[in-house]
This record gives sequence, C-alpha cells and structure tokens, in this order.
Amino acid sequence: MKEKVKSKKVKLLSLISFLFLASTFSVMAQSDGSQQNLTGKAGTFAIVGARIVTVSGAVIENGTIVIQDGKITAVGANAAVPSGAERIDGKGLSVFPGMIDAGTNMGLAEIEGGATATVDVAETGAMNPNAKASKGINPHTSHINVTRVNGVTTVLSMPSGGVISGQSAVINLNGSTQNDMMMIPEFGLVINFPRISTFGGFNQATFTPISVDFNEAVKRRDTQLDELKKIFKDAENYARAKEAYAKDKNLPYMANDLKMEAMIPYARGEKPIIFTAERERDIRGVVKFVEDTKVKGIIIGGQEAWKAADGLKKNNIAVIYTNMFSLPVQDDDAYDYLLESPAKLQQAGVKFAISTGDNGANVRDLPYQAGLAGAFGLPKDEALKSVTLYAAQILGVADKLGSIEVGKMANIVVADGDILEPRTNIKYLFIGGRLLPLTSRHTELYERFKDRK
Amino acid sequence: MILIISVSPTFLFAQTGNEILIRNATVLTAAKGTLENTDILIQKGKIAKIGKNLKAGANAQTIDATGKFITPGIVDAHSHTMMDAVNEFSFSVTSMTRIRDVLNPSDISIYRALAGGVTAANLLHGSANSIGGQNSTVKFKWGKPVEDFLIADAPPGIKFAMGENVKRANSQGIPGQTVRYPRTRMGVVEVMRDAFIRARDYKKSWDDFRAKKIKIEPRKDLELEPLVEILEGKRLVHAHGYRSDEHLNLLLLADEFGFRVATLQHGLEAYKIAPEIAKRGTGVSIFADYWGYKLEAYDAIPYNAAILWKNGVVVSINSDSDERMRRLNLDAAKVMKYGGVPEEEALKMITLNPAKQLGIDKRTGSIEQGKDADLVIWNAHPFSSFARVETTMIEGETYFDRAKDMANRTALEKERQELEKLEANKAPGSGGTPPKIPSEKRIADKDEADKTDGGNW
Repeated sequence: MKEKVKSKKVKLLSLISFLFLASTFSVMAQSDGSQQNLTGKAGTFAIVGARIVTVSGAVIENGTIVIQDGKITAVGANAAVPSGAERIDGKGLSVFPGMIDAGTNMGLAEIEGGATATVDVAETGAMNPNAKASKGINPHTSHINVTRVNGVTTVLSMPSGGVISGQSAVINLNGSTQNDMMMIPEFGLVINFPRISTFGGFNQATFTPISVDFNEAVKRRDTQLDELKKIFKDAENYARAKEAYAKDKNLPYMANDLKMEAMIPYARGEKPIIFTAERERDIRGVVKFVEDTKVKGIIIGGQEAWKAADGLKKNNIAVIYTNMFSLPVQDDDAYDYLLESPAKLQQAGVKFAISTGDNGANVRDLPYQAGLAGAFGLPKDEALKSVTLYAAQILGVADKLGSIEVGKMANIVVADGDILEPRTNIKYLFIGGRLLPLTSRHTELYERFKDRK
Repeated sequence: MILIISVSPTFLFAQTGNEILIRNATVLTAAKGTLENTDILIQKGKIAKIGKNLKAGANAQTIDATGKFITPGIVDAHSHTMMDAVNEFSFSVTSMTRIRDVLNPSDISIYRALAGGVTAANLLHGSANSIGGQNSTVKFKWGKPVEDFLIADAPPGIKFAMGENVKRANSQGIPGQTVRYPRTRMGVVEVMRDAFIRARDYKKSWDDFRAKKIKIEPRKDLELEPLVEILEGKRLVHAHGYRSDEHLNLLLLADEFGFRVATLQHGLEAYKIAPEIAKRGTGVSIFADYWGYKLEAYDAIPYNAAILWKNGVVVSINSDSDERMRRLNLDAAKVMKYGGVPEEEALKMITLNPAKQLGIDKRTGSIEQGKDADLVIWNAHPFSSFARVETTMIEGETYFDRAKDMANRTALEKERQELEKLEANKAPGSGGTPPKIPSEKRIADKDEADKTDGGNW
C-alpha cells in the first residue's frame, strides 16, 4: 500500500515535471521556431503499388518507386524493393514530384502587416544587385511547413523593391539552416522593369492616391531605364578593368565595388535576370532590353506576355505567371482575361510556369492556381507541368527536380487523388529523400483546440 | 408588398418571366443531398419542381444540362463590392451611415462575381469603427437599377468591429490624422457599452413618451435608432474581429444588453471559443484558409470551419474581396480537406449558411421547391480546380452566360477600338491629352484596402 502511494506520488511528480518541461519546451519552441521545419527521417523507402505520375514520361498505373540516399533510385511497374527498405503501401494513392513555386518571397516576411520587424523583402535604395535572398531567409518561418504539407517542396524566394531588387534563391522547403535548404543560393537577379506609372503614392491624411502627370511618368520611366542600362554598362567596364589589371599590374588598380561585382555574371549573360513586367508594352520593353544588352531574361508577372510571344520565343525568355488570383486591370477586359493567359502562352509555345507570387503564407494555393488555368483552356497535363517540370526548367534545376526519374532528388508527394484538386489529401511527403512529418503551425493549433469543450 | 409589385416594372419583368426547364443535371441542393440526372422547373422566377422527367409548357425555355452540375447561387456574407465608400472614419460610432447610399450598380466586379457563381452578398461597412454603418443585403442583378439589387425582405443589419482597425493602430502619427478614441481594446469595449447605455436610455424616453409618461416627443437620434433595433432583436449585428478574446468580450457585452450577435466576421480565431459561440447561436463567417497577412491573422488555421461546424455553429466562407469572390467554390472545397467536413456541409458554407446568417434563407441558399431560382450551372463538380461557371441565374433570369459572353467579345473589341480612335481618347503619344490615374475607383481588393483605406478587413 505504502509502496503504491509512493509510486503514485512519483508518477504524479514526474507527470507534473513532464508537463512543466513540455510546456516550457513548447513555449521555447514557439519563440525560436524549432517546431517548424522539422527535418524528418532519412532512410531507404519503397512506395509500392501506387499510381506514379512521372510528369516527364507516361503515368505508371501500378508501380513502385524507391528512394535511397536522398535520390530516386528506381521507378517502374516492376522495380525491385531493396532489402531493409521501409515499405509504404501505395494502394489507392498517387505519387507526384514535389511542386515548385517559381516566384515567392518565402522566408523573407513572416507577417507583412503590422510586424515590420519580420519583413526583409525590400532593401532600401533603387539598385541592390548585391542583396541576396539567401541571406534574409528565415529557415524557421512557419510558412515552410504550411506550404510543404500541401505538396509544394521547392520555391524561388525573391527580394523585391527598388529597380534592381537583388538576387533570388532556389530553396527546398526542408533544412535546419538556410544553407541546408539551398539549391541555388544566387539564382537570378530580380529587376522591376521600369514602367510608366502615374501612381505617386498614397496621401494618408486625405486617403486619396497621389497622381503623377502622365508625361512626367513617361520621363520617370525613361530616366530609370537609362540608369538601368548604365549600370549594366558600368558592370561590363568594371569587369574588363579588373581583368586587365589581373593581367598587367602596371595598369591602374580598380577598387572593389560590391554592387559591380554582383552585377558581372548577370551583365555578361551567365546567369538569368528575372524581370517583373505585366502589360504588353513592358513585356516588349524587356524583350528589347534583353536583345540590346544580350542578357538572359525571365519574365515574372506576365499578364499580357502572350501578346509578345514571338519576341519571347526568339530570345528564350520564359514566363513565370503570377496572375491566376488577380483581377483584370481594365474594366472592359474580359472577366477571364487573366485566367486564360497560361493557355495562350502554352498555345504560342512560350516556356512558362504558374506561380502564386505570394510572400509565403499562401503559397500552398499553388496547385489550385494551376488547376484553375486548366478550367480556362490549359490541358490538365500542362497545368501539372507548369508547377513541376516547367518551373524546374526555368529555375535551372530540371536535372534534379520537377519529375520522377531515376537519379533525381527525391522530392516526392504521395496523395489520395489529383494533386491539383483542393479535396485531395497529402499522405506522405519527402524532400531530399527524407520522410517529413505532416505537421505545421496549423496542425499544432488544431490539435490544441479541436476538442475544447 | 402589392404596392411594390404594381409600381416596379423590373420586378414584374423578373417575376412574370418564362417557364424554364433545366434538364438532366447533377443537382447539389445544399439541403437534401446530391441528385443525379435531375430536372429543375422554374416558374415565375421560383423553383417550381425538382425531379426526373419533368414536363414544362410549350413555350418553356429548355436548357440541356447533361454532364453539368448545378448548385444554389453562392452567397457571400462579407463583401465591399459595388460600394463607392467603405469607412466613415470620423467617429468610432457611425451607426447612422448606410451602405445603400453608396451603391454603384455598374461596378464591373459585380459581373465578375456572377461569373464566379455569386448571386447574393452582404455589403458591409468597413472596420474602422467600433459600431460602423448599416449594411445592405443584395442580389447581383447586373444591369438593373440599384433599388432592384436590394433584397426587400432581408432583415436590416449593421457592422461592428474590434481590434487593430478600430483602435486605428495603423494611422497613428500620420500628419493630418486626428487622434480618435479608442486607442486600445479596453476602449473599444467601453465605446460599445457607452453606445448601448445611451441607446437603452433613448429607448426609455420613447417608451415613456408612447406610454404618455412624458408629453414632449423626444428628438429623433439617427445614431441610436439602429442600436435600439438591435436591443429589440430587429437588426443583425455583423462583428468584425480576429482575436478570440475580443470576440468573446463582444459576446459577453451582448449578454449584458440582451441581444444576439448574428455573425462574427473573419473570426479567424473563433475555433478557440467554439463552445461559447455555439451556446449563443451566433454564426461565424470566415476565410477558408487565408491567413498570416497581418499579426491578427497569424493564429488563423484552415481547420477553423471544421471545429466550428463540429460544435454546431452555422459557418459561412466569405471573400471580403472582389478577387476572392470569384472562387469561393474552391475555398469551400478546402474545408473538406481540413478537418473532414462532409461535401454538402461544405457547400452549405457558401450557400445556405450565409443565407441563414443574413436572414434570407427562406428565399435563397438551397435548391428547394418554392425558393427563388438562384442557380449556377458548372461544367464540372464545383469543388474541382478545373470547374468553371457556365450560367448564373437569379430568380430565373440569366445574369451571366459564358457562351454569350464569349460570343460578344468580337463586337466589344471592335467597339473598344472605335472608341480609342475618338479625339477624347487619343493616346498622349499621338497628341492626346495625358490622362490622370485611369480610374479613381476604390481599390476593392483588401490587400490594398487595408493599407490605403485604413481598415476594410
């Protein structure tokens, strides 16, 4: 009896201390975000008897996919399961490559409204080629888990603001540090292509927009464009001066310049530049800029990109389309003007991807945005490609991501239906071959409150 | 009522319309399950019959809906569409203002909403005020005069708000902006309490006058009249708020003054106080999964609808955005995924439930005999990403038809080109007068509105 009482007491004490520790832990976990971005389980996995949507090839109706050392090591109707592999019954399930959103600010802003301390999207000043998203991404943002549990496993995270916003990063949505997440830390230079805008800010005192004279707006655009061209020219001159000095130390020494240094690979067309542009005039402006400066271009935004399809194709300019959830600009635009754009790009033979263009919190809508393009003329298989293989190709990672092929990184989503449908549930999720828990800030809050009486 | 019929020609037009027979559709009734291969007969703008192999008169219009899906028209319980103004910022209590005074029936967003299957909406005052203006419940009768939009027998309502926007958290220190009480959540509750105490006293003075206890008729107070209607249970309260603690504060205040809050708007943390909400019969109108756009929306979870539904709360999914309004079907579908709400219950969250919250469920919100023929025909199941609206009708009249819309495009494009040639519309580049901002229209997408209007959300 005494023993029992004692043991009860011990149990109670240990329970109390456990609860205390657990609550302390959860408070700490919240404040430092360690509950987010759990890195999952490594190992050898075999998903057996599933419908495998490879994207790059035919659908395998009843197949096996093997994941080992972070990669896809076998795919097929009769792929052998290695001994010791963890088997996942794929009956009734479909396997997809992880989706890729090629235009987000993931990790750069936790809460845009009212929590400015968490916002690192736009550096001050007009020309920031040396600003790098890879140095601003918070690997413990709650957006990562919320996004990946919906099947999006890779994103482009971009700075914005100014004219030259900085360099974007291609990241996988898994890792304990930002470095663990990097696919390409410095992928593309983001440039807000100068455009005519009569919007001159907002007068908070009167709650009215400040209008700029149209001719002034044209001048402002032209000045910005001249400045942009100049910085490309300067970067080229800078690079040549440095090269010349390296060969001949008798020449004047060229002092180091961070901005110029950052510009070199972009000015020389070695790395792509991502231009934000929406209207036909601006898309054509980008095409001309790319032709004149001989740089590698990508358009992001792209509302009317299909109208300049010839120029885009001629210069291998792809379009990251971010307007599935935008309203048409003009009142007399057709109601589906921006819903049809992906279909028109596809029909014109322009390389494109569909992106949310979201800061991070709502990137999980990506599959439904692609599906919606399917409702307005884009073939279903193209809709899927627009958020997988095409996005990988545009981001220069198609050798590793975007489809289910042997040798590619195992970013794999297992679902109980079409991944583009909102009613579909994700059952298993792999990034870099690690089986990840399907938890997020949202599932945690759900668990805490779902049974409250 | 008879008087209205005799003086309103459009009312007559809508009601005396032809007989319509929609044949062989999959009908999602939002009341009595899903009916395969089913016909709907519409007479005088009402659903006359639902069944198989229905017969119609010789002059009836027949729509073959084989392979198509039909739902009730979507009802959006939180919108600012077709409003030329949203917030009366000057006072914290602006119950005298009326949304019906600022309605613009030619707002293109109405047509775009119809193209997304929305037939009715709750047009709300903004959230800059503890007690905001009186809302309007409308049907989107695009092309009709504004008075035809108003649902005559909808109970009147009013907007309340709590939190960040009400305490003017984002307009502090802006030159030209005066400091307005309240500045804290403590003050917000006291402003509301003060208003209801004044309303109660005002009501007493009228009661005393009517009971002939006092001889002088009290002066009519336009601020307090609507609040008296709330106390008498005649006006619905739609209360904007995010944090569960402040919504609970409002429920307690309502208990104190003996009224029911009709809906908590946004209520993104309502899941934390679901039992308290359920107990009071208050509805909640939420986003399906939109979150994180501001600090107040950081604890929003997509399981909100499921938790509330399991507690027996009447839940609706709203848009609060001219853009989101066009895809409420997808938002409703998400509710099935997060927490396992059954299909019909999810559909109700954009049809019957918002209709209940607005007190218009006797006439709309589900496909049932005797209700208004507010119907949407879809090319696929409305919960599919690949679904598109083919036809939207209100009271049997078609207000959006995709085939007609597409057929009109060539003519419209030609008209646009002709107009652009006119002297007044010449581009500045070719010698025309430089335009100002293309349109000074209020930005109805809330992303912009919160920054610029100072609190639409």
